[in-house]
Amino acid sequence: MKEYADLKLTVASSPHVGSPVGTRALMMDVLVALTPALCMAVFFFGPRALALTAVSVVGCEIFEALYRILLKKPVSGGDLSAAVTGVLLAFVCPVTIPYWTILIGDFFAIVVVKQLFGGLGKNFLNPALAGRAFLALCYLPEMTVWVRPGTKFWLGLTASAADAVSAATPMADLHNGLLPWLGTSGVRLHDMFYGNVGGCMGEVSALALLFGGGYLILRGVIHPRIPTTYLGTVALLAFLFPRVGSAEDWMLAQLLSGGLMLGAFFMATDYVTSPCTPWGEVLFGVGCGLLTVFLRSFGGSAEGVSYAILLMNACVPLLEKYTQPKRYGASRGWQRKARKEGEHHGKG
Amino acid sequence: MNVGKQIEEGLLTKNPVAVQLLGLCTALAVTTSLLNGLGMGLCVLVVLTLSNGLLSALGPYLPERIHMVSAVVVTASLGGVADLIVQAFFPDLAGNLGLFLPLMAVTCVLLSGAGVYAYENGVASAVLEGLCRGLGYTLVLVLVGVIRELLGKGSFGEGLLNSGRGFQVFPAQFAAGGLVHPVGGFLVLACVIAAVQGFLARPKKAARRKETVRR
Repeated sequence: MKEYADLKLTVASSPHVGSPVGTRALMMDVLVALTPALCMAVFFFGPRALALTAVSVVGCEIFEALYRILLKKPVSGGDLSAAVTGVLLAFVCPVTIPYWTILIGDFFAIVVVKQLFGGLGKNFLNPALAGRAFLALCYLPEMTVWVRPGTKFWLGLTASAADAVSAATPMADLHNGLLPWLGTSGVRLHDMFYGNVGGCMGEVSALALLFGGGYLILRGVIHPRIPTTYLGTVALLAFLFPRVGSAEDWMLAQLLSGGLMLGAFFMATDYVTSPCTPWGEVLFGVGCGLLTVFLRSFGGSAEGVSYAILLMNACVPLLEKYTQPKRYGASRGWQRKARKEGEHHGKG
Repeated sequence: MNVGKQIEEGLLTKNPVAVQLLGLCTALAVTTSLLNGLGMGLCVLVVLTLSNGLLSALGPYLPERIHMVSAVVVTASLGGVADLIVQAFFPDLAGNLGLFLPLMAVTCVLLSGAGVYAYENGVASAVLEGLCRGLGYTLVLVLVGVIRELLGKGSFGEGLLNSGRGFQVFPAQFAAGGLVHPVGGFLVLACVIAAVQGFLARPKKAARRKETVRR
């Protein structure tokens, strides 16, 4: 009897086969993939971009650790997911944003959006995007200062008004129905590709973001389904319904401007807030693309990527429910019946 | 009549807003500041207490089948009186509360459960019930109002304290102005509800832990 009493049996739910690749390794890959965009941000906007990103990362990690210590939960800081949130949140803010504002965004992203819902894996919205939405709601003046790239910002607590030569962004031109190189911003297409435009710190350089996204796909961290369907939907709609100029020009300008590349490769592919079924991913990408084009064309603000992804995040449970793959050997009718029964028992 | 239990239920364990989720519309819409939350809460408190007392006293003389109708009539009349009084004596508050002031009767009918408790109990108990539930409602509205005003404007008690100027706790430049918008009402009320639910769930969790240890 004694052996049985000492025997430690582990009862765990599936999957039972572990993988050597943990959250930490995946998040490390994401951080590596974000490095080119960070380098471009520092190159175009000066050391302040790096300092803001560092402050945001440290803020996120501290808020996460504090919350979990105060509520006596196991501290999960080592998995670097909070660091990724910090980098992404900094990337979708303008370089002139004060340090305290970005810390408030970190607090909202980590504590309210992520931890209050149960921590990593339980949040239903992308924390970085929700943090950005909150900042845009509460601190709109700070969030919409667009400076000319090449204005070097040093580490000052607040970016002085003299430094901030505001520049029209390609996004604003597109929103007004102008091609950027013919509009008020006067930005040419290759500048938009390299990132020599006004905008949020990490989103300006499509080239760097494509590098990072390609790295993630090659490493197998993300599947290309969401980025391709997302970008493809935006490209198709822009090609079919150009508001001005030739279809190709309008399509390229739409693809290369705003936060589309950052959103498609790094935000929409967040494991926690995107569907885990293949067809769900396709629908998710198409939905993000449709909403992005609609918000950009008919919305009140110039950019719509963040709200498009947030809205689709909220639809993920529904998408997963209706795109469950057919179980091997099961007929379609049986599957439908099983789903109905699940509904009946209140377990969607 | 269990006074302690009634108070506890009204304020906490059966709090009309935070636990039963009644009257959410007003709790979201008018709680932009301490003044508005407190004003709305006190109106509801008074109307609820009076209507509960009246209905309890009238109950024995009314036929059963018009109980619900008479509850609505009595509450709506008292709500109308309160509406006119606030408009006459506190025009600023009436302006802030807007449409939700004349709709106060709806909130009161909801909170009193159309007078079910009042009809089944004595006058004293019914008055106490109305008082406790009104206080519970006021408490949540004041809490949400204070949080939204403090974080959204950086001030405390504007229009009420410090001869109407309120206290500026931190510069308005740092305040998260979005919390004064409707979306802030959802955010703050959800956090308050979560905090209350978390607080209420705590003793149960401890008991469950003790039970597992004993096994």
